[in-house]
Amino acid sequence: MAVPVVRSDRRRLVLGAAALSALALLPKAAQATPQAAAELLRKLVKGAPQQGRVAIRAAEIAENGNAVPLTVTVESPMTEKDHVTAIHVVSGGNPNPGVFSVRLGPANGKAEVSLRIRLAESDKLIAVAEMADGSVWIASREIAVTVGGCGG
Amino acid sequence: MANDIKPRIRLPSQIKPGDVIEVKTLVTHDMESGQRRDASGVLQPRRILNKMTCAYNGRPVFEATLEPAVAANPYVAFFLKATESGSLDFTWTEDDGTVHRARQAIKVG
Repeated sequence: MAVPVVRSDRRRLVLGAAALSALALLPKAAQATPQAAAELLRKLVKGAPQQGRVAIRAAEIAENGNAVPLTVTVESPMTEKDHVTAIHVVSGGNPNPGVFSVRLGPANGKAEVSLRIRLAESDKLIAVAEMADGSVWIASREIAVTVGGCGG
Repeated sequence: MANDIKPRIRLPSQIKPGDVIEVKTLVTHDMESGQRRDASGVLQPRRILNKMTCAYNGRPVFEATLEPAVAANPYVAFFLKATESGSLDFTWTEDDGTVHRARQAIKVG
């Protein structure tokens, strides 16, 4: 049973080294905070967000922070009257809080977008959807990053 | 690299009127984030595609604002309700204002 122990130790070592190097590469001052992310959200959307309708799909553990596949889906019939007008994604752990924003409308038929994003460190991603009726919906998801994606 | 982003656009092979289809796009671009240092420690200035748009037969249907947190060789996929044959016109805008364009025919029916 010695082998699994060695393996887990090694994995821990790799994770530790990755965390350390991510810290070393990112000067603390150049880093966004969850507060900065919240502030940006307040600038991007008007009105108090409600929990729900928005789903973030991504791996719980991203091995490579340089390209993390991400899908955001919003429950909406996408009709003329009732559709998503915008989706914004922000992160609290990257040097800048903004990740991307998209503008949608009834011509899309389905409120879903997929991109590959960079994450500097394990962090909470926040997605916000704006609706045609003015309501705002929010969801968040923790993603663990093994190797950060913004140094070099 | 800056001059040719080699857009690749993928649509389903068969599209019927009213179908909601996924439009997958991929371009070649290093999306220099402005955070990275080269081997000699010099900070590389930010140079990304900051905007992408799509118009369906001239009508704007999708717009994305991209930040440095979008990965290199940006992959962007979104949905579209297919109503008629025609063209999808895409643009990608560089930080320096250069606009890359691509046109994809769409056949419905």
